[in-house]
Amino acid sequence: MSEFSTDVDDTAAATKLDTAPIERDDLGTGQRVGRMPVASLWAQLRWAWYLLTSMRTALILLFLLALAAVPGSVLPQNGSNPLRVRNFYTKHPHLAPFINAIGGFDVFGSPWFAAVYLLLFVSLAGCVIPRSRRHFRAMRARPPSAPRNLARLPFFTTWTTTADVESVVTAAHTSLRTKRFRVDRAAGSVAAEKGHLRETGNLLFHLSLLVVLGGVAVSAGFGFTGTVLVKEHEGFSDTAIAYDSLKAGTLVDKAKLPPFSFTLNSFDATYERTGATRGAADSFDAHVTWQPNLNAKPRTADITVNHPLSSGGANVYLVGHGYAPHFRVTDGSGQVFDQVTPFLPNDSTFDSQGVVKLPDAKPQQLGISGFFLPTAVNDPNNRPVSVFPAPDNPIVVIGVFAGDLGLDNGVPRSVYTIDTTKMTVLDTAELGVGQTLVLPNGAGSVTFVGFDQWATFQISRDPGKGVVLVAVAVMVLGLILSLRVRRRRLWVRATSRPIVDPADAGRTVVEIGGLTRTDASGGFDDEFARLVAELQQQFPVVEAVEGAEGVVPMVEEEG
Amino acid sequence: MDVNIGLARLSNDLIAGGIAAYSLAFLGYAVDAAFGNHASRVSPTALRVSKTIAADVRVPVLVGGSTGHDRPAGAAAPAMSSTPPADRYSFVASRVGKVSVALTVVGWLLHLGAIVSRGVAVHRLPWGNMYEFTLALAFTAVTAFLVIMARQPARYLGVFVMAPVVLALGIAVLVLYVAPAPLVPALHSYWLAIHVTAAIIASGVFTVATAATFMFLVADRYAVAQAAGRPVRFSALARIMPSPEVLDRTAYRAYAFAFPIWTFAVIAGAIWAEYAWGHYWQWDPKETWAFITWVIYAGYLHARATAGWRGRNAAYIALLGFVTILFNFFVVNIFITGVHSYAGV
Repeated sequence: MSEFSTDVDDTAAATKLDTAPIERDDLGTGQRVGRMPVASLWAQLRWAWYLLTSMRTALILLFLLALAAVPGSVLPQNGSNPLRVRNFYTKHPHLAPFINAIGGFDVFGSPWFAAVYLLLFVSLAGCVIPRSRRHFRAMRARPPSAPRNLARLPFFTTWTTTADVESVVTAAHTSLRTKRFRVDRAAGSVAAEKGHLRETGNLLFHLSLLVVLGGVAVSAGFGFTGTVLVKEHEGFSDTAIAYDSLKAGTLVDKAKLPPFSFTLNSFDATYERTGATRGAADSFDAHVTWQPNLNAKPRTADITVNHPLSSGGANVYLVGHGYAPHFRVTDGSGQVFDQVTPFLPNDSTFDSQGVVKLPDAKPQQLGISGFFLPTAVNDPNNRPVSVFPAPDNPIVVIGVFAGDLGLDNGVPRSVYTIDTTKMTVLDTAELGVGQTLVLPNGAGSVTFVGFDQWATFQISRDPGKGVVLVAVAVMVLGLILSLRVRRRRLWVRATSRPIVDPADAGRTVVEIGGLTRTDASGGFDDEFARLVAELQQQFPVVEAVEGAEGVVPMVEEEG
Repeated sequence: MDVNIGLARLSNDLIAGGIAAYSLAFLGYAVDAAFGNHASRVSPTALRVSKTIAADVRVPVLVGGSTGHDRPAGAAAPAMSSTPPADRYSFVASRVGKVSVALTVVGWLLHLGAIVSRGVAVHRLPWGNMYEFTLALAFTAVTAFLVIMARQPARYLGVFVMAPVVLALGIAVLVLYVAPAPLVPALHSYWLAIHVTAAIIASGVFTVATAATFMFLVADRYAVAQAAGRPVRFSALARIMPSPEVLDRTAYRAYAFAFPIWTFAVIAGAIWAEYAWGHYWQWDPKETWAFITWVIYAGYLHARATAGWRGRNAAYIALLGFVTILFNFFVVNIFITGVHSYAGV
C-alpha cells in the first residue's frame, strides 16, 4: 500500500498511482513513528489513531487474529460440542476451570477474541474510508500532464520520424482512446491513464469485510437456532417451549417465532450393504407435512441432509436420527401403558440406549432401562451385539425396575437415564418384535411391540446471511480486480526537431514514456511495446536517438 | 451404484506408474540442477527470459527502433552469464533435465488417468477422502508447475516441486489409501465439486508457490552473502537459480492466483455448510484452520507491500501459510474431531 515513488521530475505526474497514505513510520529511512506526543490530549489521540490505522498495526492485528483462533480449534468449544467440554472437565479437573475463566471454551465469543477483530476492523475502517474518499476524487481526476523529462521514466523510448507533430499526437490520442485509456491531449503531447479498477477492487474488498461484520452482527442480534427431536407421526410447532434447546439472539422476541409447524410422517434411511463402507449411510429422508402458518394449506416435503425446508425466514435441517422402541407395559394393577421412547444411538451400528419411565404404574413405579439393536447377532460369548444400522433383526435387551423413580423430589432428571438407587430389578430379557416378558410375582408384563424412527431437526433463522453472502461475493470480485488489474500511465510527446543541419527539417522527435505498478498481473512491457510498434508502423523510424537508454532504475513498490 | 473393481485397480496401477515417473523426473531435475549448464538452458526461450529479466533489472525495454521482441536474451540478462556449455557433464545434465520434463508430462498423464479411472470406478468426483484429495492436490501442483514451465523457464523449480509431490503421493498410497466406495450422504451435493475442487486447486498452486518461496530464500541468502563477499552453503543450489527478484515474483504471482481461489473455496464451503448444517460458519476446527490460512496469506499480500516486511519477512509469512495448510490437512483431519470428520482417512 505504499507510495509509488519514483525519481522522476518535480511534477506530480509520476507519483500517486494509488490512494494509499504515506506510511510515515516506514519511509525506509529507519524513521519510526515517534513517541507519544505530550503536547495535548488531542495530539495524543491523533497519534494513537494514526498508530492504529497504520499498515504495520493492521498486519500485527491480522496475525493476532490467526493466533487467537488456534485455541478455538484445539480446545473443545461449548458452542459446537458441549459434551466434549464436560469430558475435558472430567479429565482435567484443575485445568478446566482456569481455561473456562479465560474463555477457552468459548474462544470465538470471548472478549479477547472480540478485542482483536474489533481493533482490526477499526484499523481497517480508519484506513479504507479515507482511501475511498481519495479514490473517488482520483477517479474523476484527469491524467497528469507529461513530465518534462520522459526519458527518466522506467519505460521509455524515442525515435525520429518524418511526420508532423500534429499527426503524431492525433494518432497517439486515437490509439490510446481505442485502448480505453483515459486520455488528455495538450499541445504536442498526450497523457493517458488506465486501471483505476485496481484500487476500486481493493477498496471493495476491504469495505465488504466491514459489511460481513455488519451481517454477522445482525444475525447475532436477530437470529435463533434450536433443535428438536420428533418421532414419526408426531408434530412440531415453532414455539420456544417446543424446542429441546433454543439459542436466540438478544433482540429476538421468543414469543414471536415464525408460526410454522410440521409433522414427521415417516423417516427413511438406507445404508451401504456391501463393500468397504458397509454400514455407512447412503441417504436420509424425512417425509414431512408442513404449514407455514396455521391457516395455510398443509403441504408435504422431504427434508434430506443437504436440502433443508425453508419457511418464513427459518430453515429446518435434518441433523440426526435414531430408533424409538414401542413397549406395551401392563402393571400389577392391570393398567396398560403404550410407550414409544426415543433411544440414543451409541455408535454407527445404531446400538441404541434409552429408558422408559412409568411413574403412574401401580403398585410401584416401573422403569425400563435397555438397548435397542437394529440388527442383532450373538457374539462369541453369546451376547447380542448390533452389526448393522438398518432394522434387519431388531431386538431389545432390557432390565425392568420397580420402586421410586425419584421424579417427585424436584431434582431435574435426564429423560435418557434412570436413577435405580431406590429401585429393584424385577427381571431382564432379550425380546424380539412381538415378544413379551412376563414379570415375576404378578407385577405385570412388558411387550416389545415394534419401533418407530425419530429424527432431530435444527431450526434456525439467520437474518444477516443474505447481507453476508452479497458482501463475500463483492469481496471475491474486488480481490480479483485488485490482483489482476494494472494501474498505468503513458505519455506520448512529439516535438519538431531543432534544425541543426538541413536534414533535420520536417523531422519530428517522438517520445513515449510509461509508468506502472509492478504486480502479479505483469505484462506492462508487452502493452508498452505494442503501443510503440503501432506508432512506429504509422510513423517509421528514420533515426534512432542516441542515448535513449539513459533510464533511471525505477523504485519498485507494490500494493 | 456398485464400485467398478477393475477400473479401481487400474487407477492404483496408474498412480504407481505416475509415482515412478515423477521419482525419475525428480532425480533428473536434481542431476540437472547439480551439473547442468544453466546459462545455456535459458536460451531456447529467449524471448520470455528477456522480458522477465528486463522487468526485474530495469534494463530499458526498448531502445531506438527496436521493439524489444527480437532482442537476444543474453544482452538483457546480465544476471545470467552467456558462456557456452563448459563440458560434456553439463551437456548431459541438461539433456537429463529435458528428459525430466518429458517424464513429468508422462507422470502427469498417468496421474490424470489414475484420477479419471478412480472417478469412473466410483461414479463420482474422486475427492471424497484424504487419499483421493491428496491425489488431486498433487495433480494440481504438477499442473501448476507445468503451466509455469510453459510460460517461463522454470525447470529449476523441478526439484522443489517433485519432492513434495512424490512424498505426498507416497503417503497417499501407503498410509491414506482407502478402497473406493460411495460417499456418505453429507457429501452428496454439487457443492462437493465446487468447494473441494476450489480448495484442491488453491492448495496445489500454494504448493508450487511455496517451492518458489523456499528457493527465493536460498537465492536471496546467496545473493546477500555474495554481495558481502562471504562464503555460503548450498552455493551450488543457489548458482542454478534465477535472481531472487524473479523467484519472488514467480511466487507472488502464484500466491495472487491461488488466494482468490482459496477465498472462494472457503466461501463455497460456508454456503454448503449453510445447506448441510444450518450454519454457514460454526468455527469447526477445519473451518478455523482454513480461516487461519486465509488470514496468513492475506498478511503475506499486505506484508509484501509494506516497507520493512517485504522480501524475506514476507516470504517467511508465506511459508507459515503453507504450514497452516499442512496442519489443517494432516493434524486436523486425523487428530481433531469436528463436523468435517467424515472427510477423514
